[in-house]
Amino acid sequence: MPPKQVKSKTAASVDRKRSKRGDGDDLTEMGDGTEQDDWMQAKTLVKPEDQLELSEAELKEEFTRILTANNPHAPQNIVRYSFKERQYKQTSSVDQLAVHFALDGNLLHKDSEEAKKQFNRMGLAETKEAEPAEGAEPSAAAAEESGGEGVPEGGAAEGGDEDAALAPATKAGGKEKKLTNQFNFSERASQTYNNPFRDRATVTEPPPRASFSSNVTQWEIYDAYQEDFEKQEKSKEKKVIPGRKEEEKSKKKFQISETSSDDITRVETAAKIVERMVNQNTYDDIAQDFKYWEDVSDEFRDSEGTLLPLWKFSFEKAKKLAITSVCWNPKYRDLVAVSCGSYDFMKQGSGLIILWTMKNPSFPECFFETDSGVMCLDVHPQHPHWICAGFYDGSVAIFSAVDKRDGAIHRCTAKNGKHTDPVWQVRWQKDDADNNMNFYSISSDGRICLWTILKNEMVYQDVIHLSLPDISAEGPDGIKVATTGCGTAFDFHKQKDYLFLVGTEEGKVHICSKAYTSHFIDTIDAHNMAVCWNRFHPKIFITCSADWTVKIWEMKDTMDKSEGADETRKPLFSFDLNNSVGDVAWAPYSSTVFAAVTSDGKAFVYDLNANKYEPLCEQMVAQKKKTKLTHVEFNPTYPIVVIGDDRGNVTSLKLSPNLRKMKAEKKGAPPVDEATKVQREIEKLEKILSMVRNQPTEATA
Amino acid sequence: MAAEVEETLKRIQSHRGVTGIIVVNCEGIPIKTTLDNSTTVQYASLIHSLTAKARSTVRDIDPSNDLKFLRIRSRKNEIMCAPDKEFLLIVIQQDEQS
Repeated sequence: MPPKQVKSKTAASVDRKRSKRGDGDDLTEMGDGTEQDDWMQAKTLVKPEDQLELSEAELKEEFTRILTANNPHAPQNIVRYSFKERQYKQTSSVDQLAVHFALDGNLLHKDSEEAKKQFNRMGLAETKEAEPAEGAEPSAAAAEESGGEGVPEGGAAEGGDEDAALAPATKAGGKEKKLTNQFNFSERASQTYNNPFRDRATVTEPPPRASFSSNVTQWEIYDAYQEDFEKQEKSKEKKVIPGRKEEEKSKKKFQISETSSDDITRVETAAKIVERMVNQNTYDDIAQDFKYWEDVSDEFRDSEGTLLPLWKFSFEKAKKLAITSVCWNPKYRDLVAVSCGSYDFMKQGSGLIILWTMKNPSFPECFFETDSGVMCLDVHPQHPHWICAGFYDGSVAIFSAVDKRDGAIHRCTAKNGKHTDPVWQVRWQKDDADNNMNFYSISSDGRICLWTILKNEMVYQDVIHLSLPDISAEGPDGIKVATTGCGTAFDFHKQKDYLFLVGTEEGKVHICSKAYTSHFIDTIDAHNMAVCWNRFHPKIFITCSADWTVKIWEMKDTMDKSEGADETRKPLFSFDLNNSVGDVAWAPYSSTVFAAVTSDGKAFVYDLNANKYEPLCEQMVAQKKKTKLTHVEFNPTYPIVVIGDDRGNVTSLKLSPNLRKMKAEKKGAPPVDEATKVQREIEKLEKILSMVRNQPTEATA
Repeated sequence: MAAEVEETLKRIQSHRGVTGIIVVNCEGIPIKTTLDNSTTVQYASLIHSLTAKARSTVRDIDPSNDLKFLRIRSRKNEIMCAPDKEFLLIVIQQDEQS
């Protein structure tokens, strides 16, 4: 446009001029002045004070200025760090674009999504406005192109037709689109408040730990089962018995008391066992002898035997006392009960009942102290812990070896039938019909009593009075007083329970029966002291006396008192032992062997089978010379005799083989049972007796 | 009761040849002794374990059986042990001849 170009030229030239003149701030004045040149005719040059003074040459100097399209504000040396080359590198080209003005417009391409949406919204409106739009468009087109555009109106009309054709098409498409996208889906989201998390922890104390280990063996399992079994049993019992609670309480009390008792008491059984072991060690040789030693020399001596001394039992407290009775325990073959008292009328003191066992020779198994001397003793054959004893003061008592009481279980009193004289012998009987235990006692007061033990007491019953019908003493008034005999010994028949022998101080031996209380079946003029039935033969018994003799008798069958032969009856055998005989006993294993002990400390063993007149063995047993031997007993099972003396010592001796001869069994014969053995023994004795009976008057020294 | 047992132990102690008595409880700790401390402890622990082994052997063979006593005889002496339900009694005795 020429007018514009002219203007720009002039402007440019004017600029040059201006720069020559100076860089002052008054240029605008001058710029405006160019157009105002025409206005202001007069123009005065006003020089600022600080204007540079330049020479003419310098004023005419031409400075070239180059116009570039570069952005003067753009940086020229941008440096970027290159990681590849690890250094700063200058960017080669810098963007020179300078944006002077930016305005966001709101034009949409007609094919874009938004545009389509808008079309759809305006779809309905378009059809209506199509016709006027057509009219408008061509007019608009004409208006635009009125300035020289060569577009024909037909083209515009075509465009209008096209538009009209398009409009229904879009309208239809718009309608379709409307159905599918009816709901304008938009996402909505909301966030709830998230609770902040907190950590909480507690630490507990760890449970206490203990290590446990155990071994299991077969017997531990067995023990556990046993315990369980016992518990079951107890619970069964408890169910049966009413009043459980009380029992349990009492049981608890017992248990408590047991555990609180002294520890030492529970070592009791072990201590006992060990004591025996220690004794066994000490007396080892004796124990060996007892078991195994056999006197070999017996083979050479046909009719002689020896007694080997074994243990000697002595108890301190019994030293002053004499052994008054010896009895083996029927159940425990090593246990012997010994009673201690005094035979001396003047010296009467306390008494003792001692139980010795062969396993412990140094101390008694059990002992009871009594206030009066014990004169006799018997152990119950069925209940081996019951011991009955007779005292010097005439009373009888029962002791129990099991019960740990200090004294007797029962003791009779003066009211209760106590004898008035010392009790010389007691013997247990079989339990009576009511299963009560009972025993007999004989005393110098002439009474033989039967004592029965009921639950809490002893009841006595006089069985026999030993009266002397023939001799009666003259009383002070001349009245005949029946004197009573003094019984000193008795023995019951082994087989016939009701039959028993009584020995008296007068020297008579009575054969009595339990059934007859006043009559004797038989009376024999013998001597006093011990009486003993033969174990095997039903009719033979032996007696011994202080008159130095031992006699063997036979009991007659008939009760012929009238015969008068009673008084003159003679013993089958009679032996003179040179001293007063304390005791005699038959051997349990043979019907022809018996032993006797005398006051001079000697023991005699006779075997009628071997030698009818002389003892097989005559041996000094007592330690000191003046001791009298008071009692002798054979052990039922072992070949031992136990001898008591008047110093409180009990000596055990082993019988040598010669003294123990039994009938030899034939080899190859079937084993012999008890009855046959007994029969054989009886036969053996019979043989001897028959020889003797043929010569009834034989009485040898 | 206790007095009797004490007396029994005294008798054993005064018996010929007996050198000492030890009473050991079920855990192997000596309760009563007549020997010096070191010997006691030694005997107690050794004998206790031996007795336990012996008892275990006997009972393993037949659980209804039980050990009654144990005797160890050596050249110089003999050790006798009697086990009980809760205690073990040990006695050492010297040989008579030696």
